[in-house]
Amino acid sequence: MNAASDPGPALLEVRGLSKSFGTLRALQEVDFTLRHGEIHALLGENGAGKSTLIKAVTGVFPRDAGIVRLGGAEVAPRSAKAAVDAGIATVYQEVNLLQNLSVAQNLYLGRQPTRFGLVREAEMRRRATELLAEFDLHIDVAEPLGNYSVAVQHIAAIARAVDQSARVLILDEPTASLDRHEVEILFAVMRKLAARGIGVIFVTHFLDQVYEICDRITVLRNGRLIGERTTAELPRIELIRMMLGRELAETTSERAAAQARQVGEICARFEDYGKAGYVAPFNLALRRGEVVGLAGLLGSGRSETARLVFGAERADSGSAAVEGRPVRLQSPRDAVAHGFGYCPEERKTDGIIADLTVRENIVLALQAKRGLSKPLSRAEQDEIAMRFIRMLDIRPPEPERPIGLLSGGNQQKVLLARWLATAPRLLVLDEPTRGIDVGAHAEIIRLIRELCDNGLALLVISSELDEIVTYSDRVIVLRDRSHIDELEGEAVDVSNILAAIAAGTTGAEAGQA
Amino acid sequence: MRLPPVAITAIVFVVGFALCTVQFPNFASTRVAANLLTDNAFLGIVATGMTFVIISGGIDLSVGSVIGFTTVFVALAIERLGVPPLVAFAAILLLCAAFGAAMGAIIHVFDMPPFIVTLAGMFLARGASFLMSTESTPITAPLYSTVSDFALRLPGGGRLTAIALIMLAVVAAGAVLLHFTRFGANVYALGGSRATTALMGIPVGSMTVRIYMLSSVLAGLAGIVFSFYTAAGYSLSAVGVELDSIAAVVIGGTLLTGGQGSVVGTLLGVLIQGLIQTYINFDGTLSSWWTKIVTGILLFAFIALQQAMLGIARRAGPRKAGVLKS
Ligand SMILES: Nc1ncnc2c1ncn2[C@@H]1O[C@H](COP(=O)(O)OP(=O)(O)OP(=O)(O)O)[C@@H](O)[C@H]1O
Ligand SMILES: [Mg+2]
Repeated sequence: MNAASDPGPALLEVRGLSKSFGTLRALQEVDFTLRHGEIHALLGENGAGKSTLIKAVTGVFPRDAGIVRLGGAEVAPRSAKAAVDAGIATVYQEVNLLQNLSVAQNLYLGRQPTRFGLVREAEMRRRATELLAEFDLHIDVAEPLGNYSVAVQHIAAIARAVDQSARVLILDEPTASLDRHEVEILFAVMRKLAARGIGVIFVTHFLDQVYEICDRITVLRNGRLIGERTTAELPRIELIRMMLGRELAETTSERAAAQARQVGEICARFEDYGKAGYVAPFNLALRRGEVVGLAGLLGSGRSETARLVFGAERADSGSAAVEGRPVRLQSPRDAVAHGFGYCPEERKTDGIIADLTVRENIVLALQAKRGLSKPLSRAEQDEIAMRFIRMLDIRPPEPERPIGLLSGGNQQKVLLARWLATAPRLLVLDEPTRGIDVGAHAEIIRLIRELCDNGLALLVISSELDEIVTYSDRVIVLRDRSHIDELEGEAVDVSNILAAIAAGTTGAEAGQA
Repeated sequence: MRLPPVAITAIVFVVGFALCTVQFPNFASTRVAANLLTDNAFLGIVATGMTFVIISGGIDLSVGSVIGFTTVFVALAIERLGVPPLVAFAAILLLCAAFGAAMGAIIHVFDMPPFIVTLAGMFLARGASFLMSTESTPITAPLYSTVSDFALRLPGGGRLTAIALIMLAVVAAGAVLLHFTRFGANVYALGGSRATTALMGIPVGSMTVRIYMLSSVLAGLAGIVFSFYTAAGYSLSAVGVELDSIAAVVIGGTLLTGGQGSVVGTLLGVLIQGLIQTYINFDGTLSSWWTKIVTGILLFAFIALQQAMLGIARRAGPRKAGVLKS
């Protein structure tokens, strides 16, 4: 940690910033100060106003009141472009860059190297390759961005902003879809920028990361500034209290509770199930009331396994059985008919239907499962929506609000609710707590346990090993698109999982592009 | 390896040409080829502009009316007011630029669907041309006969006319603009996602204005070319050309929802339509409406093809992880 106790001169000063959406006061008289060369965490619950603050500062949203000074001079950017021109580069929470353009075009859009007005394609590709190499990412930059995984896309977005950041770099939840290794690379880049005097604003829900890299913390709650502290003098408990405004009910790391649970008989079994070039054949039996965790590095085949199980991808070998009877899972429809549910990783882009209300988004999968001939009555819909809004603490608790107007974390909760509402036999959750704040995080883990107690089988993917260990009865470790190990009972702990992943590492090097 | 849509368009064109040649031995000649370019010159020019609009995620329904308006404006200015043709051309192109810019500005500022705005533009331009004149006005200016006499003679008797050359130049310039400039990259970006493009710091508003401006100016140029072709100005000319050009763009492999496509594909799309028309002329017994029917079938096939390819791309699901050295 840097010597943060000596406050340098202010680089970016926000004073009295307010912003309302209709009657909703998203920001009220917020002050924020970023100093030269510091990494500054901006924290708060889902819906606290972090993203809104960033957008108001960078001119994406017009602000109602308040001033912003950059290096002492007042600035009022009126668009993302104006902010970049002033030296403030941002990775917005929802930005996914453009799937249809090449990686290189995405990195240099609007600032491509040109000669006589023509883009120097070869030069641009060379620079793009170099830029990504700084992030230890070695890919063909001429390919469309959409051909690469979400994590790669996210790194590209970060690389673009880093390359543009002249004075201030703002990262809104950049690490949500990254693995440990990429996070470390990102942190190294952030430290390098800070050493050059650039101020970095970092939004995240991973408190470990805050303590690892940030010099200073600003906390928002319900659109108000709660306080600014140096990281060194703010204990974690105190930080959580600032964020939530209450103590966090302690629920973490109770392995004992998970072990004591009764596990029922097998409800779904996959034998030699696999697809060539996608995931090597695996055996997987899921029991009622059991949580099976899938652990592994990015691209190790976790999500691919989930997609095979859910029929989103067709297996070309092996067999599947549900309740002892052989079944064919040719499409997600088949899977839903057999009582499977799947909350995918890319739910931010694929899952939500922005113009529909929270209620409509929640009942969507349930309605699809029941078929069009048995519509849910409005009263039933309202009841279901309100139940999940309360259970997952979705804010604001208004079922009739279009989901597109919710904060990122609250959108995630709605999608989780959509699949929980179908009361499936087997639920596959890919990164269920991504982008969700500490308070709700604990709630979701508690909910996962509760669901199992009711006889549901769960297959959960998570990059957070602590979390997997907390709720899994069994953990399957993947590496290079095959299942390499299985840990059960006492053996389930973080160091064993890491050891299993590392044991695979000494073998083949991750080579497939 | 998957074939890009434009390759499929090229194959359709080549196969079509080969079939015609088999049936009519003297089909494969520079004369037929040159006429194909001349007869479809105006369509090639508007369709180039339409390609930009569609790739950016929009649509421009006003182009047919703008062509009609242009022919009437040019004819009246030259014949009635005695304006020198080149001055009339400059004036109409400026007017078209302003018209396109206004449509683009309305689309951006009021966040209106391009379909509605350009539909209004279509009625406006057509109405205005009726207001100026309802009759066909022949153009007799010397420039017109000079231009129509000009041609590059090809071996085998073909005549590459001035308007065909203008069209090829527009297509070439359009291809360079779309594929090799920042402007072109921004056009694709807009078609990918307007919101993301704005967050990436691209001036979405001015891009929208410039794209519709380009489309209208090219429609104006197509109108001038059309007036060379017919040597007249008539308010009912080029009715429905907006649909022909949209068809050419889509058959050329451009995604109707934006984000993907090429100018060369559009030229091939135009030539395929021309080819069908030429076949019908050669045959002599078929009704010329068959052009529309075959175009319709092709359009349908191409849209189905695009959907299928999108479906395949989506099913491919989580994609390359990239090589992450650990
Ligand atoms: N465009 C919008 N229109 C209306 N309300 C909005 C809009 N954007 C955000 N809000 C509301 O403003 C509040 C603050 O949202 P914001 O996105 O800033 O939260 P956040 O702190 O970034 O949360 P998260 O951690 O979930 O990303 C929320 O209540 C949200 O519903
Ligand atoms: Mg946010």
